[in-house]
Amino acid sequence: MSENNEKKGFFSEMIFNNPVFGLYLGICSTLAITTSLNNAIGMGVAVIVVLVLSNIAVSLIAPLTPDEIHIPVYIVIIATLVTLVGMLMQAYTPELFSALGAFIDLIVVNCIILGRAEAYACKNGVAASARDGLMMGLSYTFSLLAMSLIRQLLGTGILSFSNPMSGSEIFSIRLIPQGFEIPVFKTQTGAFLTFAVLAAAVAAIKLNSEAKEKAKALEAAKAKKKEAAKA
Amino acid sequence: MNLFTIFISGMLINNVILAKFLGMCPFMGVSTKLSSAIGMGIAVIFVILGASVFSWVLYYFVLVPAHLEYMKLICFILLIASFVQFVEMFIKKQSPSLYKSLGIFLPLITTNCAVLYVALDNITQKYTFIETVVNSIGVPAGFMLMLVIFATIREHLDGCDIPAAFKGNPIALIVAAIMAIAFQAFAGLV
Repeated sequence: MSENNEKKGFFSEMIFNNPVFGLYLGICSTLAITTSLNNAIGMGVAVIVVLVLSNIAVSLIAPLTPDEIHIPVYIVIIATLVTLVGMLMQAYTPELFSALGAFIDLIVVNCIILGRAEAYACKNGVAASARDGLMMGLSYTFSLLAMSLIRQLLGTGILSFSNPMSGSEIFSIRLIPQGFEIPVFKTQTGAFLTFAVLAAAVAAIKLNSEAKEKAKALEAAKAKKKEAAKA
Repeated sequence: MNLFTIFISGMLINNVILAKFLGMCPFMGVSTKLSSAIGMGIAVIFVILGASVFSWVLYYFVLVPAHLEYMKLICFILLIASFVQFVEMFIKKQSPSLYKSLGIFLPLITTNCAVLYVALDNITQKYTFIETVVNSIGVPAGFMLMLVIFATIREHLDGCDIPAAFKGNPIALIVAAIMAIAFQAFAGLV
């Protein structure tokens, strides 16, 4: 995250620096578990916790680790945190744990986490790394939410969210009348389609802003030429 | 479940990419050329087979007797990372020509979630040793099949007139969506 993007604000950072739709990191879990809002939020929170803690641990331990073995060290840190989070989820949110299945364990190989440890946490301080982990985790969760909103709404016609601890429903609204939902969005095909369209949307926004910047630069250059000609 | 069912189910019905969404990162990265797709496929079959067999042995002969089952995630990921490193060094020393064609794919495989998934899945499904071997060949065979099919399609996509925003990965994902429909037909096989 560069200084430049921090000024752009929270939402544009989520679009321009989005790890999922922009860089294609961590897409396995994004495609697999985004069938409902519950799964998306559960997975998002698990990843945020692991990412923030692993970034903190890596930034503390980085000066002490020899360069040749830094990747195995980071992987062990991440695997330990994922095991802990998995155990906690199994104890307190058993339904969510079984819905997410193997993908809790597979957080270990989520490229975003090792990627942030490698690219950011090992070179920066504790506070900055924790902030970076939180931001990256939030934009990952944001992508999960976008995917699962579209898939749950079009696939079942209902938007619902329930308390992961007790399983009781918090809200459930039917927005698309029965018989008009598109069940294909619940399947693998729907996951690929939704992802492709969202990734293309992010690419389109980027292309658009690049084109605008170019046009601005051109105009500025023209104005300078005119001034030079006047002088 | 007999061995043939395990193989077919691992390769086609529960295809790692289209049904389980695993190994997407190397899949998107490598499936642009046929030659690299075949190289990556062979490397993945070899690594998944080796890593799963070693993890199975480690789990049933070390972790279970020591009552350390909850350590399986940490042990397996370390085992996979070191196995990949070892294979890389071994090939580099023994066969430089093979290293030239496969070497660049090996570091990528550590981050392939399919490897860890197969190792963990063999334990959750309570497979015997023989079943583990069959499953660990079937799953990466399905991965390689997808890579090869995909690489051929993407080589043709290069010459098509695609909207700028869809160029590259998004259009590949649309192709994957259409192929997922085709692969759903395999669900009736067993």
